[in-house]
Amino acid sequence: MKTEQRALTGWGRTAPTVGTLVRATADELSSDAGLSATVGARGAIARGLGRSYGDSAQNGGGVVVKLVPGADPIRVDHDAGLAHVDGGVSLDVLLREIVPQGWFVPVTPGTRFVTVGGSVASDIHGKNHHADGSFGAHCTRLGMLMADGSHRSITPGSDPDLWWATIGGMGLTGLITDVTFRMIPIESRHCVVDTERVPNLDALLEKMETSDHLYRYSVAWIDLVATGKHLGRSVLSMGNHASLDDLRELRPKAVDNPLDFDPTTFPDVPNGVPNVLNRLAVRAFNELWYRKTPKQHHGTESLTGFFHPLDMVGQWTRLYGSGGFLQYQFVVPFDAVDTMRTIVARIAAEGHASFLAVLKRFGAQSGGFLSFPTPGWTLALDLPAGVAGLGRLLTELDELVLGAGGRHYLAKDAFATPEVVRRGYPQLAEWKKIRNAADPTGVWVSDQARRLELV
Amino acid sequence: MNAFDQPQNILVLGGRSDIAHAIVRQLASPALRSVVLAHRGGDTIELNGVDDSVAVQCVPFDATDRTAHAAFVDGIVAEHGDIDIVIQAFGQLGGPEVNTDPTAAGDLVDVNVAGAVSSGLAVAAQLRTQGHGVLVVLSSVAGVRTRPSNFVYGATKAGQDAFATGLGHALAGSGARVMTVRPGFVRSTMTEGLNEAPFSCDPGDVADAVVAGLRNRKSVVWAPGVLRYVFAVLRVVPGFVWRKLDS
Repeated sequence: MKTEQRALTGWGRTAPTVGTLVRATADELSSDAGLSATVGARGAIARGLGRSYGDSAQNGGGVVVKLVPGADPIRVDHDAGLAHVDGGVSLDVLLREIVPQGWFVPVTPGTRFVTVGGSVASDIHGKNHHADGSFGAHCTRLGMLMADGSHRSITPGSDPDLWWATIGGMGLTGLITDVTFRMIPIESRHCVVDTERVPNLDALLEKMETSDHLYRYSVAWIDLVATGKHLGRSVLSMGNHASLDDLRELRPKAVDNPLDFDPTTFPDVPNGVPNVLNRLAVRAFNELWYRKTPKQHHGTESLTGFFHPLDMVGQWTRLYGSGGFLQYQFVVPFDAVDTMRTIVARIAAEGHASFLAVLKRFGAQSGGFLSFPTPGWTLALDLPAGVAGLGRLLTELDELVLGAGGRHYLAKDAFATPEVVRRGYPQLAEWKKIRNAADPTGVWVSDQARRLELV
Repeated sequence: MNAFDQPQNILVLGGRSDIAHAIVRQLASPALRSVVLAHRGGDTIELNGVDDSVAVQCVPFDATDRTAHAAFVDGIVAEHGDIDIVIQAFGQLGGPEVNTDPTAAGDLVDVNVAGAVSSGLAVAAQLRTQGHGVLVVLSSVAGVRTRPSNFVYGATKAGQDAFATGLGHALAGSGARVMTVRPGFVRSTMTEGLNEAPFSCDPGDVADAVVAGLRNRKSVVWAPGVLRYVFAVLRVVPGFVWRKLDS
């Protein structure tokens, strides 16, 4: 076990707090000199790669555990199509191991740099949510380090309450040490992708409704700077994993080594860069992104290009300068599509520099008490944190979202209030009961949990 | 604290301070849950311009009761949780007698210096435990160079200011911070009836400077900002000039 005092923030680089960062394996943590000897009155929380945008994986004055993978962190059961993976393993490392063996993760977010433990704790979703659901829906077993220091293995059948309180439970029921989940078989490291420019929001909503079922993956990038008749103009991208037959037709050169997977990344953005993602730059970027997209395109893209384009630039959030940024993501039910229209119009009218806003249709819930995805439309947008008047706008949007029966994504949240979460997550009280039973002394706690009164 | 550094809980030591009220009003947002106004009487004080949903609590606090300060802070935390911002706003101006009467001067030192140090340390211990939080210390330009007309008051402010900046350095790396605020003459209840000095301002102006300073993580702010440069000069002018300026 290694410990150090460190100032930590989420991916948005706002609201830092100092905690004791402990790097240890699951075995070290469950030993007598482990968790129980380290954790004091301020409790502990797990931290993966720090990709939650807000304060979910920091714990001011307390312990922050960075789980070090064990001796055999990735085990693949080819017959059952199952992966047994240590919680601290990143999807990047995992994909490098399993893609060449013909497997893909059941769910990937827009970055490979999240851990498997974090994927469960945030019950992450990806472009295939409308078809496959969230990460938790594909898990069959969890290894957990409980508040009392014991190491348990649970399944949805053995401990249904604890299971569904842990899926999307933000690490507040226990530390997720290892996960067993179903993988997706693939024939190649490519996707067959249809990309299309859509001139406005109404056309987009209709297009997604009518064609989502034809594709496993679908997402729309919306230009939230465009107004008037261009309001909600988008680039819609929909795809499926490419089979060998697809490759023969579309990319014959890739047929010989269809599963080669070695994504490269460019150097990090250096620290201390001023905020270059200002209104003007974002407007220009959005314009360019829209214009560079052909009206309609059918072709192949690599897994990296299709799923993780931003991973090519390390530490890209530094482009927001020292003020940091926040991401605002919510979902509203399908029947509240008018609310989504209102919100898009409201953001566009306000003219804030929103870079890379993403719209997606969610499918079925996983069943996690605090799991975010629920059937409906979800919108995620990035905003620089230092902008005046942003708080007022977001509070106004909060009301619209909650009024329509929607909610906000805790892994992205850095702004919500206890009231907003209470209203968005009707099962919060039930979750708290289960959580308190699993952790009666309140060992697991984060800055976010305190801020939102989750514990 | 959220992504906009909006506090949830604020503690004001010296709950009657007009400047502190102005700061709280500026920091108020939907995130704000509680404001504790601690002052000698502990009786109810009106705090205008803050939403009804914010719990405003008035509690007794005696700056000279140094043995009670640690327990006082613990009590606030037990009731409200982590404190994001503490404003140390108490302090007395003292009458004309403090420049000559040893007892009166000693009493002023008790409140303005000893009280500031002991309550400041009690707060610092809590902020260190939390790994975050800011202690905003309302110092004064009077402590930058003491004037013959109020040198005892100036000396207390110099003591408080030196303590605050030193504490800020001592807390580096802990997540807790100190921001020392050096206002000039502020038109407030405390200065009612006094002759205004040049560069005087209102409590709201000080609050503006404080909020901007918090956003930019400053360790020292002046209000108005120009005083930083004015005092860079005044600090080094010859003694006979300095005395002349005060008369």
